[in-house]
Amino acid sequence: MTLKTRIISRLDIKGPNLVKGVHLEGLRVLGKPEKFARYYYQAGADELFYQDTVASLYNRNHLGELVRRTAQEIGIPMCVGGGLRTLADIRAVLRAGADKIAVNTGAVRNPDFIRQSAEAFGSSTIVVAIEVIRQPDGTPFCFVDNGRESTGLNAIEWAQQVESLGAGEILLTSVDREGTGNGFDIPLVKQIADLVNIPVIAHGGAGTAVHVADVIKKGHADAVALASLLHYGVYAELASDSDDFNAEGNTQFMKRNATNKRIKPVHLADLKASLTSAGLPMRLPHAQT
Amino acid sequence: MSLSIPPVAVVDFGLGNLFSVQLALTRAGLSSIITDNPEDLRTAPAVIVPGVGAFGDAMNALRARKLDAALHDYRQSGRPIVGICLGQQLFMEESEEFGAHKGLGFIPGTVRRLPAGLLAEDGRKIKVPTVGWNTIARPAARPTGWAGTLLEGVREESDMYFVHSYRVILDNDAEALATTTYAGTVYCSALQQDNITAFQFHPEKSGQEGQKIYQNLAAQLAKDSRVPILELHSQGAVPPSN
Repeated sequence: MTLKTRIISRLDIKGPNLVKGVHLEGLRVLGKPEKFARYYYQAGADELFYQDTVASLYNRNHLGELVRRTAQEIGIPMCVGGGLRTLADIRAVLRAGADKIAVNTGAVRNPDFIRQSAEAFGSSTIVVAIEVIRQPDGTPFCFVDNGRESTGLNAIEWAQQVESLGAGEILLTSVDREGTGNGFDIPLVKQIADLVNIPVIAHGGAGTAVHVADVIKKGHADAVALASLLHYGVYAELASDSDDFNAEGNTQFMKRNATNKRIKPVHLADLKASLTSAGLPMRLPHAQT
Repeated sequence: MSLSIPPVAVVDFGLGNLFSVQLALTRAGLSSIITDNPEDLRTAPAVIVPGVGAFGDAMNALRARKLDAALHDYRQSGRPIVGICLGQQLFMEESEEFGAHKGLGFIPGTVRRLPAGLLAEDGRKIKVPTVGWNTIARPAARPTGWAGTLLEGVREESDMYFVHSYRVILDNDAEALATTTYAGTVYCSALQQDNITAFQFHPEKSGQEGQKIYQNLAAQLAKDSRVPILELHSQGAVPPSN
């Protein structure tokens, strides 16, 4: 009986659609976020993470209504990120029903924003997202705007700094691995997880259930955020003809009912069962009680 | 049935996400009001003290709004008071968080930081705050189990959602309703004394098992709704605020 490693369903949102890319780019539409959120809640997700993928580019955050609807029916923690720049932005998302918020660009541009928001809303509300691309010599640099812009910050140093500024958790994305299915950047996760005293959520690279077990066992991840690994196993069954996908996004993949060859998708409940068998403590919600 | 029950008061002292508490009450069929006005407690059939943030700031905020005195009076009314997370800690006598602070003093005991450091076996760091799902166990000292409490019907050894750096230490272990283990430290994760019940975890974020706590509260209030609401602060402890 101990703390369980969290499995977080990450839902990247573009306009009204759930999208998924590779290296945070080339976003393809996979369905309607509400359906995925409901499905993952019922399947035993420990937390939901909504990321507005284009918020930073256009200085917008459109998730309010989605967050509000999700909060009505889903009784697990929900974190929301994308385009949050001011305390008022954060307050609005929390009022819509989010429990935590994630900042990346806003924190890099103004590190004191972390301190201010932790003071205003409590450290446990503030997740700092760190998006890493390794340089040719292996140095892990932080990027903003979904991996488009380098900051020149070393991720290891930045992780320590965000902890000292009052971040409650770190969401650590390997942009190099994200969407590839090649496995997590385990040395990166381990280096940061062993360094800071706050929980580190590993994200980016899961292509199989074994990758997830590895990043928990070898990478010392406190939680794992998953998108492709879970989405590609359920997107076809969650789609329905009545879904209206408007102009925003590339829907070709869905229309072909294609499979992603990089990913060996796994259903969330099966993933948790296999991780439990591998000796990793998981929360296993007793199906309908 | 909820129409006959006046709104539950969710005490707002300026910190934390109270909306999820309100949503959970709504799902349980209870109306609620988020308030920092002591007057609103007078007519409430139950009061919830949630909270995220620092102990000292929270006590100062309660005092500034005269909510501390209102809660002391409310306690005398016998109606349910529920503490969540920091709310549970505020019910204790004192906390060591950023210096020593006096709490509401409803429950004998203190608030101490969770031990941090390295786990010997695998070199993993013990993270504080502890964030995530952990098991609540029924203490052996509670032979009657959870019957009649807000945990009635909750599956034993359920996982609930926790976010905290400090934990309560009871003077009287018999007041522990549940215990939880984090990195080898066993601590009180739910307590109950007379009309006070408090949880270190967040029932409103703990899925269906957590939601049962709100349903139990709704069932209690439905049963008690015929009892007239007592006039509070008969000793004039709290002057009307406006």
